[in-house]
Amino acid sequence: MNIYHVTREFDTFLKRENLSGYKDRIDSILEIYRERPGGLIPVLQQVQEHIKYLPPVVQHYIAMGLGVPSSDVYGVVSFYSFFTMKPRGRHLVRACLGTACYVKGIQRVIDKIETGFNLKMGGTSEDRRFTLQGVRCLGACGLAPVVMVDDDTLGEVDPSKIVKLLEKYE
Amino acid sequence: MERVYRTHILVCAGTGCVSAGSLKVRDALVREIEKHGLEEEVMVATTGCNGFCAAGPIAVVHPDGIFYKRLNVEDVPYFVEELLVKGRVVEKHLFAEEERNELIPVMNDIGFFKNQVLVALKNRALIDPDVIDEYIGRDGYVATSRALTEMSPGAIVEEIQKSGLRGRGGGGFSTGLKWKFCMETKGDVKYILCNADEGDPGAFMDRYILESDPHAVLEGMIIGGKAIGANKGYIYVRAEYPLAIQRLNTAIAQAREYGLLGENILGSGFDFDIELYYGAGAFVCGEETALMQSIEGKRGMPRPRPPFPAQKGLWGKPTVLNNVETYANVPQIILRGSAWFSSLGTETSKGTKVFALTGDVNNIGLIEVPMGITLRKIVYDIGGGIKNNRELKAIQIGGPSGGCLPASIIDTPVDYESIIKTGAIVGSGGMVVMDDSNCMVDIARFFLEFTAEESCGKCTPCRVGTRILLEKLKDITEGRGKDGDIEILETISRNIISSSLCGLGQTAPNPVLTTIRYFRHEYEAHIYDKKCPAGKCKALISYIIDPEKCTGCMLCKRNCPQECITGEKKTPHVIDQTLCIRCGLCYESCRFNAIRVE
Repeated sequence: MNIYHVTREFDTFLKRENLSGYKDRIDSILEIYRERPGGLIPVLQQVQEHIKYLPPVVQHYIAMGLGVPSSDVYGVVSFYSFFTMKPRGRHLVRACLGTACYVKGIQRVIDKIETGFNLKMGGTSEDRRFTLQGVRCLGACGLAPVVMVDDDTLGEVDPSKIVKLLEKYE
Repeated sequence: MERVYRTHILVCAGTGCVSAGSLKVRDALVREIEKHGLEEEVMVATTGCNGFCAAGPIAVVHPDGIFYKRLNVEDVPYFVEELLVKGRVVEKHLFAEEERNELIPVMNDIGFFKNQVLVALKNRALIDPDVIDEYIGRDGYVATSRALTEMSPGAIVEEIQKSGLRGRGGGGFSTGLKWKFCMETKGDVKYILCNADEGDPGAFMDRYILESDPHAVLEGMIIGGKAIGANKGYIYVRAEYPLAIQRLNTAIAQAREYGLLGENILGSGFDFDIELYYGAGAFVCGEETALMQSIEGKRGMPRPRPPFPAQKGLWGKPTVLNNVETYANVPQIILRGSAWFSSLGTETSKGTKVFALTGDVNNIGLIEVPMGITLRKIVYDIGGGIKNNRELKAIQIGGPSGGCLPASIIDTPVDYESIIKTGAIVGSGGMVVMDDSNCMVDIARFFLEFTAEESCGKCTPCRVGTRILLEKLKDITEGRGKDGDIEILETISRNIISSSLCGLGQTAPNPVLTTIRYFRHEYEAHIYDKKCPAGKCKALISYIIDPEKCTGCMLCKRNCPQECITGEKKTPHVIDQTLCIRCGLCYESCRFNAIRVE
């Protein structure tokens, strides 16, 4: 694929996802990090913040923008759990998989979320409202079991109340 | 002239208390105090985490140091009325120790606090982490000034070496020696890194320190930078710690403003600056070479050593990497001297260690104790014993690299050497207390699930070995265990330990080996009797209703998702074992203890 193809596909993707407004922002991120060694991970973090996920067309565009092989970008995206290639919901629900949460029954909380919003661990609900992920210990063991919704930390979560708690997030 | 207040109410603003609503309590306090016209006399301030997370939201009222737990917005008017208008201690929110059955008003009289020795956490619950002046007011940056203007790099390294400080991230390598190697390596450009990629399940020491005392870490890094000759530092912090990131950013900006970071710090001619780097969620990046790969923008996979990072680290330059807690100790050593530091702890393990005490213990929270303290003291004196009067079964120490120690060796002192003898490691400081309802085979499976998932895949013993261990453990917990499985687990574990590339693989089998060593009978019960003694492994248990005790209240029947409980009102119910998925909802909902696990 040449530069023309990559750019055209990226533009089509942004248009389809209603994200064309972010094009300039992404270009300026790439501009900032182009000459900086080790810039790939911060670029991916920032781009994902805007367009929520990193499918191959985005990876190709980033690779081109930074002047690195697409395989390197794919290698990094697939390695770190922070990056996702699948679309995410409007709200990211992260269930803590640490020991304390495990001992305090996080699995029952997860079961309730899965049945309550009809989604699977690692997946997104049909209406793209929630994405459910497991996360390495959040370090809030005093509050176990813990669920993080976007930047909110919910502690001492009662499995019978979690669906209701999540209803607040539109 | 600063205003003098008669009373200071310090509200905890750690992650635990904030999510329990402490900031709303603070706002309500401020409003209520204004309503009484007392704002000239009483100051309300927020501090870093208090450590006693289980009691949040917490406030400590000075000058008397009275500890109030579980505050809430509704109680604020009453609280202010009692405390500030009538001048009484508010008994309703005081802490009570179950055994002694008495209220303990003063914070430092409470067992949880009394038995701790604070070095890395010396500013606990005393300062606002977002205000550099408060840190400076507690002797902050005095050590930096001394190190930068009065001490040579060699003198700093010697002081740290003499103190006996060892890496608090888990390895326990001498910090002074590490610095010495790097100092002696020639090079124009060197780096000093801080590992804040805390990832052990059940550990939150680094999060706490970064959130409540970020300047202590910056100071440790500045002193380390001067010692090894580095002008640039990176803090590799987890992106999942938003509050820690925010406070670090504030701290760095304030330090720059005060000329404590940047060019020619304190007129010493030494230049140093710190940058944050956000981890992207890979446990293996806690390993030093993997962390450096990650900062370089690559997949975070470890590489063989030598060359050691002190010779060739980040971008091929000499590099020192230490953990958050290690850095927080450094300014104290420079300030108070190596002799003072080495007077704490044991012969080979000096100083203190911060632990995240969690699980089935009454007082959950963050503690700092002198090395050499016994596990018994931690669990009973500080932790306040086991919840719900159950039996202590095991203490998991060191996370996925550590092991489960049985109640029978609870008098083991906590220092690097003694803990290694038990088959676990001190590790970064996770300590999960488990009662008799936990199944040790299941816990081993839990940790292997974690390490198998987080193995980076570079070396075969770890990538394949952890999978095999996990499959075997799954077989055992799901009733497919065979004679000889325990021996297979042991052999494979030994092979993984001896042939893995990095610390992740070399320690991953520890949870398996320690549980086999101390709880072999549980493995045997799973394999030969197809029973789970703790009643945890779903495939090996059944829920049975005791017809004698069942009152026929229908509650379990209504809750059963499988609709497999039958029985009429006021007659004993029966569970259809062929349909039961063993979710345990009936067991939990029964108010008459009529359901038992077999």
